[in-house]
Amino acid sequence: MAENPRRVIVTGEGPILVYGPVDVEMPDGTRVLSERAVTALCTCGRSRRRPFCDTSHRRRVRDTEGKENRS
Amino acid sequence: MTATTSKAPTLPASRGPISEAVLSALRGEAPELPVLADASPYGEDLQLALYCCYELHYRGFQEVDTGLEWDPALLVVRAELERIFLNALRADVPAGSDVEGELEELLVEHVDAFGVSHHLRRDGRLWQLREYVAHRSLYHLKEADPQSFVIPRLDGPPKAALVTVQHDEYGAGDPERTHSKLFADMMTELGLSNAYGTYVDSAPAEMLAEVNFMSLCGLHRALRGALIGQFATVELTSSPGSDRLVKAMRRLGCGPVAIDFYAEHVEADAVHEQLIRREVITPLLRAEPELAPDIVFGIRSSVFLADRLEKYLFHHWNRGESSFRERAGRA
Repeated sequence: MAENPRRVIVTGEGPILVYGPVDVEMPDGTRVLSERAVTALCTCGRSRRRPFCDTSHRRRVRDTEGKENRS
Repeated sequence: MTATTSKAPTLPASRGPISEAVLSALRGEAPELPVLADASPYGEDLQLALYCCYELHYRGFQEVDTGLEWDPALLVVRAELERIFLNALRADVPAGSDVEGELEELLVEHVDAFGVSHHLRRDGRLWQLREYVAHRSLYHLKEADPQSFVIPRLDGPPKAALVTVQHDEYGAGDPERTHSKLFADMMTELGLSNAYGTYVDSAPAEMLAEVNFMSLCGLHRALRGALIGQFATVELTSSPGSDRLVKAMRRLGCGPVAIDFYAEHVEADAVHEQLIRREVITPLLRAEPELAPDIVFGIRSSVFLADRLEKYLFHHWNRGESSFRERAGRA
């Protein structure tokens, strides 16, 4: 039976959005399940909740010096 | 008369002639209407009166006729209170129509910003965290409800995407995972009452105004753009703020149930942000570009009202005193 292809959005600025529940296998073999209707997977590597996005990709600004800080 | 269930809250105490008039109308008396001309738009009296009018659309009050939700005399009062509140916001918040620019600004993390979540993470005290949670309960015990009013005012892709977000807010089919339930469980673990309406009397006008703004925009189709702006503001700024509150709770030794609420929001709102921007706002503006100024109005008003609450909290906490209104000598 034909199933609609799963919708995936590559945001380009941060996470990859995957529609439907996902079963993610991590490099060490552990599996992480997300039953959300849409899951945001971290691609910048900075998330502390990997494999999921925690918005750590966002631009960071130090207002007092007016300088950008991407670290 | 049809009284609401026993789970509904009792009526709060009045804060002046306007709220007293609304409360006596809710008690079934026929009050004299006060003069509203000089009412302070963000004041305790007007905001509580408006809050009580709106609660009829949510959980109602114990021993209050449910039919009063559509009582013409009360609706006349509510409309006047809304007009005063809205006029003040329109005057205090600069107009604009660059939605993209507004969203971009919300997405920047200001490393040296210092708000309530920064304070609680670094050196806030447990009693301050508990007060913050008690105030926020006016919204979070009905989390997502004000925004659900906008669903029938949308169509097509924005509607579908907004419902996807709401589905998550309402626990994706699991009542134990609804965000309002997670919040209630957190309150219990923090030693607070999780009964709906418990902390209305202790909450300042600044907190009432934030919730009133959501109800105002949710209940008026004409303000659906502003509601979307309000929703976007919450979803875009929630993840980093929730992460700071998770750290605050760990530092203060709070239990896992308490931490769960904000931990869930770090992850959920990282998704919601993307959906609101890409799947709600973008197609909505394509279909109805004339909504842009209202979306900006909703964003700026939300930020303006949130700032007022933060200033209020710091005003009291910096003096080492409680932010609860009881401090003023009320029971």
